[in-house]
Amino acid sequence: MRALIYLVLTLCALFYMLPLYVMLVNSVKPLDEITGGGMMNLPQVFTLVPWARAWSSAQIGVEPTGLSPYFWNSIRMVVPAVAISTLLGALNGYVLTKWRFKYDTILFGLMLFACFIPFQVVLIPMARMLGLMGLAGTTRGLVLVHVVYGVGFTTLYFRNYYAFFPTELVRAAQIDGAGFFRIFWRILLPSSGPIAVVSIIWQFTNIWNDFLFGASFADANSQPMTVALNNLVQASHGVKEYNVHFAGAILAAMPTLLVYIVAGRYFVRGLMAGSVKG
Amino acid sequence: MAVSARMDFKSRLRIWLPKLVLSPSLAMVLVFVYGFIAFSVYLSFTDSRLLPSYGWVGWENYSKLWRLSHWEISLANMGIFAALYIGSCTALGLGLAIFLDQKIRIEGVLRTIYLYPMALSFIVTGTAWKWFLDPGIGLENVMQTWGWETFGFDWIKNRNLAIYTVVLAAVWQTSGFVMAMFLAGLRGIDNEIIKAAQIDGASNWNLYRRIVIPQLRPAFLSAFVILGHLAIKTFDLVIALTGGGPGRATELPATFMYSYAFTRNQMGIGAASATIMLMTIAAIMIPYLYAELREKR
Repeated sequence: MRALIYLVLTLCALFYMLPLYVMLVNSVKPLDEITGGGMMNLPQVFTLVPWARAWSSAQIGVEPTGLSPYFWNSIRMVVPAVAISTLLGALNGYVLTKWRFKYDTILFGLMLFACFIPFQVVLIPMARMLGLMGLAGTTRGLVLVHVVYGVGFTTLYFRNYYAFFPTELVRAAQIDGAGFFRIFWRILLPSSGPIAVVSIIWQFTNIWNDFLFGASFADANSQPMTVALNNLVQASHGVKEYNVHFAGAILAAMPTLLVYIVAGRYFVRGLMAGSVKG
Repeated sequence: MAVSARMDFKSRLRIWLPKLVLSPSLAMVLVFVYGFIAFSVYLSFTDSRLLPSYGWVGWENYSKLWRLSHWEISLANMGIFAALYIGSCTALGLGLAIFLDQKIRIEGVLRTIYLYPMALSFIVTGTAWKWFLDPGIGLENVMQTWGWETFGFDWIKNRNLAIYTVVLAAVWQTSGFVMAMFLAGLRGIDNEIIKAAQIDGASNWNLYRRIVIPQLRPAFLSAFVILGHLAIKTFDLVIALTGGGPGRATELPATFMYSYAFTRNQMGIGAASATIMLMTIAAIMIPYLYAELREKR
C-alpha cells in the first residue's frame, strides 16, 4: 500500500517536472538534435548559443534585439508597481482594521471584487484613459494599471494580518499622543515583515507574469518579457528555432522561479491567503 | 480665536486622516474598475466599431453576438474547458493532498515540485507544452524515433481534440495550488476525530469518505470559486499554446472578446461579450465574498 502511494506520488512528480526538463535539455542542444526526434534525449553536443541568441540577438517583432531589452522593461515595470501597491495595501489594511468606520466592510468588498473581474471589461476604457493621460504605450502607464488592479489583493493581505494585531497597543499609543502615521510607522510596520514578504511575492509574480495588460497597453519600447516571448515563439517567418524558444521561456520564467525557490514557503502562504481565507 | 480655529482644523484633520489615506485607493478602484465597467456596459449598447461611438443601438450587439457561430464555439469550449479543468484540478489536487498527508518522508521536495508551475507565466507554460505536444518535433516524433512507429498524438493540431490540450496544460499549471489548499485543509482537521474513528474500526476508505472529505467543505468551496473564475479569465494560455486554433477550435470568451474589440473593429460586440463574462464571474464571486466578509465580523 505504501509502495503504491510512493509510486503514484513519484509518477505525478515526473509529470510536473516534464515541461521543465524539456525546456532545460532542449535549450542547450543544437536545433538538428531537436528536429531529428531527440526532444527527450540529453544533448549530445552541449551549446549555450541558444541562450545567447534568446538573450541578445533573436528576432523579436521587427528588431533582432533578443529578449534583453524586454527583460529590463519588465524590471522597470515590476519594481515600482510592487512597491507602490504594497505600501498602499499596508496603509489601507491599517485603516480598515484599526480606524474602522461605518460601511468600511462594504468599501473593502468593493476593492476585493475588483481583483476578480475579467479584465476584458476594463480594457477599452483603460486604453482611452491612458491615452488621455499621455501614458499610452509607456512603462509608467503599465505601472499605474498594475497598481490599480493589484491594490485589492495587497489590501486583503494586510487587512487579514492586521486584524490579529492587538488593537489595545494602538489605543495605548494614541493615549500617549502618537498620531496616525506615527503609530503605523513605529508600531505596525516593524511587525509587518512576514505579510510584506507575502504581498511582495504575490504582486511580483502576478505582474511579472501578466500578458493581457502588456499586450494591450505597451508599445515596442515598453513591452514586457511575456509579450516579447510570445512574439518570439509565434513569429511565422524563417526557421523555427525551438532551442532558442526554450531558452527564452526559461529566461522569462527565471525571476519568478528563483523567488519561488528562495521564498517558496511564504509563496504558499500567500496563495492560501489569496483564497480569501485569513 | 485664531488658535482655536486652527485646533479645530487639526482635530478635524485627525478624524478625517484615516479616510483621507484610504481615499486614493478607493478613488482609483471606483474610477478604474466600477467607472470603467459602467463605460464598457454602455459601449455594449452603442454602435462602436474601431473607436468608441455613442449612437444608441439597444440590444442589437447582444442579439448579433448570440447569432455568431464564433461566440457559440467559444461558449461550447468554455463549457468543456471549465468542467474538465475544475474537475481534474480538484480530483488531482485532493488525491495528491491525501497521499502527501500520509507522513511521506520527502513531502517538502514533492510539494515544491507540484507547486512550482504556479510561479510560471501562462506564456511560458504554453510555449513548453506547445512544442512538447507538436507532432512534428514533440511526443509523437520522439515515440516514433524510439521505435513505436504507429504512435500518433496530434491532438493540438486536431480541431476536435485541441481544446483538451488546453485543459492538460491548465491542469498542469494549477493543480498543485489546489493540492496546497486541500493539504492546508487536511492539516486543520482535529486529529482526535480521526483517532476516534480508527478506534471504532473504520477502514481508511470509509474514514476519508465519511469523515475527512466532508470536513474539507470550505476548501472545496474556495477551490471551486478560484478555479471557476480562473477558467473564465483564461486567455494567455490559449494565445501561447494554440492561438485559438486550429481554425477556431480553442477560442474561449476571453480570446473572442480580444479579437472582436481590438483586431476586428467590432468594439460594440466585444464590449457585449465582456459584459457577459463579468456577469458570470459576478454570479460566482459576489455570494462567496459576501459570505466570507460577513462571517468574519
